[in-house]
Amino acid sequence: MTQPLLIKKGAEANLYLADWHGRKVIIKRRLPKSYRLPALDEQIRTYRTIHEPQLMNEAKRAGVPTPTIFLVDIKNATIIMSFIEGKQVKQLLNEVSESSRQSLCEKIGEFIGKLHKHGIIHGDLTTSNMIQNLEGKIFFVDFGLGEKTKELEARGVDLHLMKRALQSIHFTYANKCFDDVIRGYSSVFDAEAVKAVLEKIREIERRGRYIAERKSESK
Amino acid sequence: MDMSFSGLLTAAINLLKKGKDCLEDLCYSLQETAFSMVTEVTERALAHTEKKEVLLTGGVAANKRLQEMVWSIAEEHDARFCVVPSEFAIDNGAMIAWTGVLAFTHGFVTPVNESFVKLKWRLEEVEVPWVK
Repeated sequence: MTQPLLIKKGAEANLYLADWHGRKVIIKRRLPKSYRLPALDEQIRTYRTIHEPQLMNEAKRAGVPTPTIFLVDIKNATIIMSFIEGKQVKQLLNEVSESSRQSLCEKIGEFIGKLHKHGIIHGDLTTSNMIQNLEGKIFFVDFGLGEKTKELEARGVDLHLMKRALQSIHFTYANKCFDDVIRGYSSVFDAEAVKAVLEKIREIERRGRYIAERKSESK
Repeated sequence: MDMSFSGLLTAAINLLKKGKDCLEDLCYSLQETAFSMVTEVTERALAHTEKKEVLLTGGVAANKRLQEMVWSIAEEHDARFCVVPSEFAIDNGAMIAWTGVLAFTHGFVTPVNESFVKLKWRLEEVEVPWVK
């Protein structure tokens, strides 16, 4: 293996780009967090290292592209997977035309729908965790916080996070993007199921400090 | 991101009622778990938004353990870590009185007999025309 190159310091893991048996791979290593108690830290890193590849394979079965897993090293909390060469959707949204932005968001919504239909919750749906490769295919990454459930509450929380992530970075067109995401989602679920999840999102918004939503509610 | 700790608290209370664990241990575990959650969410927000500053405020900002945890992730992402001095971290009379002065000079008047404590008044809801 050539010397791995640190290409991204994520929130919980370092990503290294390396050459591995003639392939370009990403080595994802969950490093110990000094702020966490060692006992808690090890439990969390081990659990996520085991869980993430399982969910990534499940996602593929649901029809959502994810990197291919080559190796899981539980002891070192390390996963080796295929390198997706391309751009983060976070970057892309700010660069493309309005119509490409719309189709991009619809595609993302369709993929989220496919995951949910298959009983997979991503757990961290932000535009940082979606990559478009050079052929224009979208990949979902970072399933470390995911889970397997078909509960409406979990689906609502998943989509609500997507909405908040859009608002936090792409505020000028966040709401339009989220509408497009929901349109894509609607291509997988029937109208009644979409209505139920939208109602759930509204309920989640009312629980928190999302004042704008609460105000419009009381009108 | 909003977080809820009510489930965590209930779990801790239930463990206490069972009587197998002592209060000190439960408090320690509760604090470590809750603070780890908050710190991880903060770190994810830092990585996603690529911001270069973290500011810790509110009553809990006075907690040295939380300060230490959030400082460590700010450090890791080359962000500046700031925390309000503890005498300003919790509500205090001078702060409330000064806000009253500012409100008054900007035309907000509440007669004394109509004034009351509004527990659910959130920071984001307060009109602050004096902030330009």
